[in-house]
Amino acid sequence: MNELWNLYAAFFRIGILTFGGGLTMLPLLKYELVDTRKWITEDTLLECYAIGQCTPGIIAVNTATFVGYKRKGISGGIFATLGMATPSVLIITVIAMFLQALITQPIVQHALMGIRGAVCALMINTVYTLAKKSLVNPICVVICAAAFALAFLTEIPTVLIIVLAAVAGVIIDLVTGGAEK
Amino acid sequence: MNQAWVLMFEFFKTGLFAIGGGPATIPFLMEMAEKYPWFTMQELSDMIAISESTPGPIGLNMATYAGFRTLGVFGGILSTIALVIPSIVIIIIIAKFLEGFQENRIVKAVFAGIKPAVTALIASAVIQMIRVSLFREADGGTVPHIQSIVLCVVIFLLLQWKKTKKMHPALWFLIAAVIGVVFQF
Repeated sequence: MNELWNLYAAFFRIGILTFGGGLTMLPLLKYELVDTRKWITEDTLLECYAIGQCTPGIIAVNTATFVGYKRKGISGGIFATLGMATPSVLIITVIAMFLQALITQPIVQHALMGIRGAVCALMINTVYTLAKKSLVNPICVVICAAAFALAFLTEIPTVLIIVLAAVAGVIIDLVTGGAEK
Repeated sequence: MNQAWVLMFEFFKTGLFAIGGGPATIPFLMEMAEKYPWFTMQELSDMIAISESTPGPIGLNMATYAGFRTLGVFGGILSTIALVIPSIVIIIIIAKFLEGFQENRIVKAVFAGIKPAVTALIASAVIQMIRVSLFREADGGTVPHIQSIVLCVVIFLLLQWKKTKKMHPALWFLIAAVIGVVFQF
């Protein structure tokens, strides 16, 4: 039980110290889990990370579950994940309460209008960065264009587009893999 | 109670299909904004700003905020739990049974297909977000909001510049908020 609380506390700390999530977390995870606590090796951390990125869900949560599981089995995975999620729930709930009370103020409205412009800029930048990383060959460009057309022009659910893309990936692998032989 | 189930179902679905972390949840949240009266597209934009400037992974922050907007404190807890359940189940199965999962040929093929599609989904969501954030409804039509567009373009260009590239998102939001107040956006 003690060990479970340690896991909870460690990931609570990581949750509070994480801004953004995803890749920005890696140095923090290394410091907390590999260097300070010596719970896992750097290789295991990188493995967790690789798996976290190619499985569904939030990368931070996937990594927490994986490390927790490696330490203490299923309950370890659950405690680590709850630790990771607790700061988000607490902090965001408080902010949301304040914002709800303040949102009708004209000054808050003006501030939010400005912030929305900044959000657009940051999101365009995210797409730009992702595109540079994911559109590495003509096949990727075709999949991207097809998915964009479906998402933007039709009412097809997002889930279905992801499933179709996964199927396309497997078919392309079979076709090109066959060609290699 | 009914709404609580729908909320949980939607976030469970997001947790199960949002691949690639935080930003990958945005297309799903946008779908929710269109489908349910829980929050508007503008509020989604506010959620992104808040999630990026507070501690905690963006995906979890977004789930808590969206849940709170829908069903209060209870909703925030519920949607966050629903979001992480698929992760917990999938990761434990992989950790227990699948040695070398990420090296598997089929897994690699699936993700080779999904990655460019996720980029497209986020791009599509961002375009819709631009439509509601940088344009306004007026006189029965949509007119561009010049001040917001200029601000957006300037920040985007600064994000490409070496010296301001690594600046924390919260700092951009702070600057944008001050500009919004001073120039009466």
